[in-house]
Amino acid sequence: MDLTYSYFPGCTLKTKARDLDVYTRKTAAALGADLVEIENWQCCGGVYPLGSDEVGNKLSSVRALNDAKEHGRDLVTVCSGCFHVLKRVNDDMKNVPDIRDRANRYAQLAEPYQGETRVLHYLEVLRDAVGFDTIRKKTLHPLTGHRIGAYYGCLLLRPSAILEFDDPEDPSVIEEFLEAVGATPVKYQMRNECCGGYRSLEEPAFTNRLVGKIFADAKASGCQELVTACPLCFYNLQKYDGPDKLRVRYISEVLAQALGIDERGEVR
Amino acid sequence: MTKEEANIREEVLLISGCDVSRCMKCGKCSASCPAYDEFDIKPHQFASYIARGDMNALMQSKTIWNCLGCFACVERCPRDVRPGRLIDGVRQAAMRRRGGSHLQPEDIPSRIDPDTPQQLLMSVLRRERK
Ligand code: SF4
Ligand code: SF4
Ligand code: SF4
Ligand code: SF4
Repeated sequence: MDLTYSYFPGCTLKTKARDLDVYTRKTAAALGADLVEIENWQCCGGVYPLGSDEVGNKLSSVRALNDAKEHGRDLVTVCSGCFHVLKRVNDDMKNVPDIRDRANRYAQLAEPYQGETRVLHYLEVLRDAVGFDTIRKKTLHPLTGHRIGAYYGCLLLRPSAILEFDDPEDPSVIEEFLEAVGATPVKYQMRNECCGGYRSLEEPAFTNRLVGKIFADAKASGCQELVTACPLCFYNLQKYDGPDKLRVRYISEVLAQALGIDERGEVR
Repeated sequence: MTKEEANIREEVLLISGCDVSRCMKCGKCSASCPAYDEFDIKPHQFASYIARGDMNALMQSKTIWNCLGCFACVERCPRDVRPGRLIDGVRQAAMRRRGGSHLQPEDIPSRIDPDTPQQLLMSVLRRERK
């Protein structure tokens, strides 16, 4: 199978979430997947523009999607925010004629873009192309005995009719991933509840309360740490300073540890 | 309902693409909402406020700024009313009308720290400023 993908890192991965980017690239390379960064990509904007009449804010996504199409590749991202925005804009380009027509008029592409590109989260590449069995075989340092909770949050899962990522009420892909690297996944009820997202800028006390409930539930269920794929979740969880706080890591960092990538000196 | 409220209602229905007549007031959206306590008008009330054209109350509500856009209500609504989109539609109508931005640029520097991700700033700017 050809494991070459167009890769959209997103602006947060170029700055505050550099670990998420570096470990994603290194682990992909170790697993035989080639993530080719799109040239001159622009920030997707972080939130999907919900207004049925909004087109301008979708154009950066359309250009990235079209670039992948021109290279004949699927488009991979690991930031939950980017995944959410790109996939929903792609759905508009495929299924909403008004947005498709107006976006194409603005974007002036060689050939109209009609939602041809497949948008994948890195977890889907790991599961469906690389395969969790391969990861299991390549795991040099299994995380045996680590009781880890998956924190999905919302951007990966909802609305499920468009994102088609996993069961929105009982997701399992991160748990399957954790199992592959030898950890003990622990399911807890609030793993798909929102951490408060962007409200943490204006109302940190409010998001802190939400995060506190998530940690309390995770801890009571037996988690020793949490993993996430979203830089905003990561930030909000990190900022919490209450009694039930657990360690939080990115999925790609856990994968790198299991594959022994840091020890081989490939990563700073 | 004033003439202006009728206009706002039309705009919200257009922006959101929702059909408020489908709501059966079951309350599932409100039961799912993580921001429920921060709202003065609750998710399950949006469809009926809009149906009767009580738009000024919605435009002035705390709800439109406190909604997280997490889509739990949209996912779980048994009638596909998509209340989160209604709330977002009112927020957009409010912003477009006031020429109105919620957060002012001078409010931002004191709220960020060395770890604040771009995703957070971008999301807030996109949602709260024109
Ligand atoms: S979601 Fe965030 S990190 Fe990803 S491109 Fe968009 S704004 Fe940037
Ligand atoms: S940051 Fe919060 S809002 Fe965003 S995906 Fe994570 S849980 Fe959802
Ligand atoms: S919007 Fe949907 S979930 Fe909410 S009360 Fe109406 S029918 Fe029920
Ligand atoms: S989208 Fe808004 S109203 Fe709906 S559940 Fe989330 S916070 Fe509540």
